Amino acid sequence: MNRVDGRQKVTGAAKYSAEYQLPNMAYAVLVGSTIAKGRLSSIDTKAAERAPGVLAVITHQNGPKLPGHKPVGKDPSQPQTVGSALRVFTDDKIRFNDQPIAVVVADSWERARYAARLVKAQYAQEAHQTNLEANKPNAFLPTQAKKNPKSPVADYQRGQVDAYKTGALKLEAEYVIPTEVHHPIEMQSITAHWEAPDRLTLYDKTQGTMATRRDFAREWGLPEENVKVIATYVGGAFGNGLHSWPHESAAIVAAKVVNRPVKLMLTREQMFTMVGYRPHTWQKIGMSATPDGKITAITHEAIGQTSTYEEFTEATLGQTRMMYQAPNMTTRYRLAALDIGSPIWMRGPGEATGAFALESAMDEMAYLLNIDPLEFRLRNYTDKDPENGKPWSSKFLKECYQAGAERIGWNKRQLKPGSVREGDWLIGYGMGVGTFGAHRGTSKATAKLLPDGTVLLQSAVTDIGPGTGTAMTQIAADTLGVTPAKVRFEWGNSDFARAPTQGGSAIVNTVGPAVQEACLALKDKLRELAAAGNGAFAAARKEDVTFADGYLTLAGNATARVTYTDLVKQAGGQAVTVESKPSDKGREYSMYSFSVHFAQVRVHQLTGEVRVSKLVSCADAGTIINEKTAGNQMKGGAVGGIGMALTEAAVIDDRFGRYVTKDLAEYHVPVHADAPAVEVYFVNQPDPHVNALGTKGIGEIATIGVAPAIANAIFNATGKRIRELPITPDKLI
Amino acid sequence: MNQFQYVRASKPKAAIEALARDPNAQFIAGGTNLLDLMKRGVMAPQKLIDINKLPLDKIERQEGNIRIGALALNGAVAEDKLVLEKLPLLAQALNAGASAQLRNMATVGGNMLQRTRCPYFYDTAMPCNKREPGTGCGALEGYNRMHAIFGFSDKCIAVHPSDMSVALAALDATVLVSGPKGDRRIPFAELHRLPGDQPHIDTTLGAGELITAVEVPDNAFTRHVHYLKVRERASYAFALVSVAAALQLDGSTIKDARLAMGGVAHKPWRLADAEKTLVGKPATDETFRQAAEVAMRGAKAFQHNAYKLKLGPNSIVQALKNAAAA
Ligand SMILES: Cc1cc2nc3c(=O)[nH]c(=O)nc-3n(C[C@H](O)[C@H](O)[C@H](O)COP(=O)(O)OP(=O)(O)OC[C@H]3O[C@@H](n4cnc5c(N)ncnc54)[C@H](O)[C@@H]3O)c2cc1C
Ligand code: SF4
Repeated sequence: MNRVDGRQKVTGAAKYSAEYQLPNMAYAVLVGSTIAKGRLSSIDTKAAERAPGVLAVITHQNGPKLPGHKPVGKDPSQPQTVGSALRVFTDDKIRFNDQPIAVVVADSWERARYAARLVKAQYAQEAHQTNLEANKPNAFLPTQAKKNPKSPVADYQRGQVDAYKTGALKLEAEYVIPTEVHHPIEMQSITAHWEAPDRLTLYDKTQGTMATRRDFAREWGLPEENVKVIATYVGGAFGNGLHSWPHESAAIVAAKVVNRPVKLMLTREQMFTMVGYRPHTWQKIGMSATPDGKITAITHEAIGQTSTYEEFTEATLGQTRMMYQAPNMTTRYRLAALDIGSPIWMRGPGEATGAFALESAMDEMAYLLNIDPLEFRLRNYTDKDPENGKPWSSKFLKECYQAGAERIGWNKRQLKPGSVREGDWLIGYGMGVGTFGAHRGTSKATAKLLPDGTVLLQSAVTDIGPGTGTAMTQIAADTLGVTPAKVRFEWGNSDFARAPTQGGSAIVNTVGPAVQEACLALKDKLRELAAAGNGAFAAARKEDVTFADGYLTLAGNATARVTYTDLVKQAGGQAVTVESKPSDKGREYSMYSFSVHFAQVRVHQLTGEVRVSKLVSCADAGTIINEKTAGNQMKGGAVGGIGMALTEAAVIDDRFGRYVTKDLAEYHVPVHADAPAVEVYFVNQPDPHVNALGTKGIGEIATIGVAPAIANAIFNATGKRIRELPITPDKLI
Repeated sequence: MNQFQYVRASKPKAAIEALARDPNAQFIAGGTNLLDLMKRGVMAPQKLIDINKLPLDKIERQEGNIRIGALALNGAVAEDKLVLEKLPLLAQALNAGASAQLRNMATVGGNMLQRTRCPYFYDTAMPCNKREPGTGCGALEGYNRMHAIFGFSDKCIAVHPSDMSVALAALDATVLVSGPKGDRRIPFAELHRLPGDQPHIDTTLGAGELITAVEVPDNAFTRHVHYLKVRERASYAFALVSVAAALQLDGSTIKDARLAMGGVAHKPWRLADAEKTLVGKPATDETFRQAAEVAMRGAKAFQHNAYKLKLGPNSIVQALKNAAAA
């Protein structure tokens, strides 16, 4: 089935957050600080205020009080982060470079932008810290781990502590990933509209309409129902929309002050500084193994960077704890707080970071052992979760290994690096494994049969590009026995049925069952209606009623036949809303999606250029609802992995605490020429425990493990082990 | 962006006069560089003189040379039959630059005069002698990965980012300009300057001078040419290092050679001494290595660009190999 919104997207009919035009709209442009730490000693807004078209210049000196805002560090309510999201114009403190210090509102965007340049600030500057390496000694255990020793970011131990140190054959290596920035094609933007003094509507780029609603309702001390968040089309996000950010706060403040709808669009430059990123992370792995290739111990440590006002943590060490059968396991996760904006999950969040270290180390160990790296992984394969002893809900990783190895031509790989070449190009093969929890949350969905026979489904969930709208339409059509054209799925509006934030590969797992159950409830209702109007149906057993092609029919009774449409006419068409929850039985299992990526690379021996010539991505992601959109996810994730491996790095000049790679000419996301045709293989076996659909989630495992596959292939091609990403030509010559 | 006036010139003379009258005016051609700089607040001309309507976009065969109008689009030049046949090195260099969309806006004159991509130049909150003389060079002790290894000064270590210009330097082009004081011809090697004590001045163009065309003399480098651009992604990135190599071969002996590098200096870096070592020698890896060694004499690196000391010669060898094999 094709994407339900494909046509809107390619014709430009799809409306993204910056495209809402409201009557009497004003435009806001942010002024950012030019120091990384200190205080604003003065801010001169006079020239800006006098500039043509300017309606207001708002700073901490004149900004309205946010009734529900808790000062930074005083709001423990954020579920994953400790501290509180940065809100604007509440104090004179500078916490990172380019932090918004003022917002200029004018009657046109150009005028606002011009006036923004006229705002002049003076600072009392303080010494800042932006260098992770220098701040490693100050790294600390996350508060979350201190409070809860069972937290996934707490220190973990099985067997003996740091047992690898006494292993006969051991490896010790450090790995570094730089800061990476999401950079979806659609930049962050928001239009804030106070429809009444206590009623706010936001047209926003967010991954969670409900979460954004909750955050800003709280900030303004409003009941949640007074805030409406609309995010129908989201032009990619990759995690960038998983938090509520300072610019959103600023737009809402601005709209309040000028009492007009206000649109605020970030520039590409601002996308680096204030809306999150994958944190620069240092890792160390110690591993020991027996000569016949059994891992005896792993110690995996990580230090990720965070801001001074929020503790952002991620599951960097999760894959290490559960992927291989290592009897002795130690993991330690720490944070270093720097004077920069807060990080946020970026596709395949911490797992992709951790997998770079783990899967590189697996390759390094296999090399030390002189064993094929695939064989090495097979020798350490686990049939139950070594972290908690539970059985897997399903695991078809071996099938993935085999399918991938065949497709890439793994048998052509030579154990000895640098043995395959074509002219000046060295050729190598590598693999990397990925995993991500098959999360399922609670969600609602509403289903309603309209008089024309169309089924209208609604959910607050967003579709940031994976094809949520398409998958849900398909699930509904299959459940109801109608063609997809008869299903209209509406999403991206906080007024619709409650749904979680799009993220964590959990949406099909979570909203899918809600849609399915809502459709089943709708069927029950139709059956009741049929029974009320037709004696044959009233007498029939439930199982004998068939729903297909828009009709209810009865087995063994050719005359009992009603159309859905007639039933709606008969009843006036009420909606059914259903809440769907994961079952408790799921807790008995360890639930994960798995992937393996195989890369063939070519490395030029003189120029150090790397070309990924072939990439095969195989996934055990449970039932695949839609091969097209799922395949798209895998390909997009693989290309993201190429960027992680070869090109992407946001660099700060620590002297100034400012980024020096601040546009897409300097921050290199892969282009088409960097991406080979990615071959995708799905095991497509239902998971019996995550939900009734059998799905496990795809979005993250599409990226997790790609970067090490490429790094390992580069080693195989050249004999050079690069442990700091990205692997640019200078590192290979 | 600042407010500015916009005028459209229809005759070269009018454009030159308009510019001469107003010290804060700038020509605008494709605008692919100038507009970015204005948006970032790096340049703030009070008047833009649009020269796109000037009749300066022809590509013509002339006695002894090919003349390319200053307003010919990068994309059009790269696809021009005459250029492909007679100046394939130039076509390759153009195609290595930017993206198809940009090449369809960018002009030949604008390409030569595009400004450095040094990140400190682009960020008005950081020091940069080129943007604001006297503030210091942010790159000197900063993130100087993309910076010069030849011809820099302690005031500026930026590189000129153009690919096209590297080929034009190798091919001994001449730049034609018209100004308030009349017309003049500038040998390509003399168009761009080294930073010295005045890094804010990129070129030797005088006030109010308009580039009208570039002439490339007839040459025999129609086959064994290669423009090698090493970059971090396969396309749409500025060069770490680039090499324009052109050989004239007699059997396997090198009769004549042209060699220039990009991404290594404040101007396209012609390698005359290395060219000399090539002439008369067999076209072998050994010869190419020797030439590369000569080419790199005097190179000096900074904290983050030491790789260029190796990538430079390697790229020269590879470009020459590719040229010889073409
Ligand atoms: C994302 C991106 C990537 C790029 N990548 C590359 C790359 O890989 N390689 C590369 O070589 N280039 C690259 N470029 C630069 C591009 O080639 C230049 O921006 C373009 O060539 C400039 O031409 P223009 O006509 O648009 O110049 P404009 O921006 O209009 O003008 C540039 C300057 O030249 C002056 N000027 C223009 N024409 C004349 C004239 N006839 N006489 C006198 N002065 C004149 C203007 O006053 C201005 O100061 C890239 C640009 C971008 C934005
Ligand atoms: S290298 Fe030149 S352009 Fe860059 S900061 Fe120094 S002076 Fe400015």
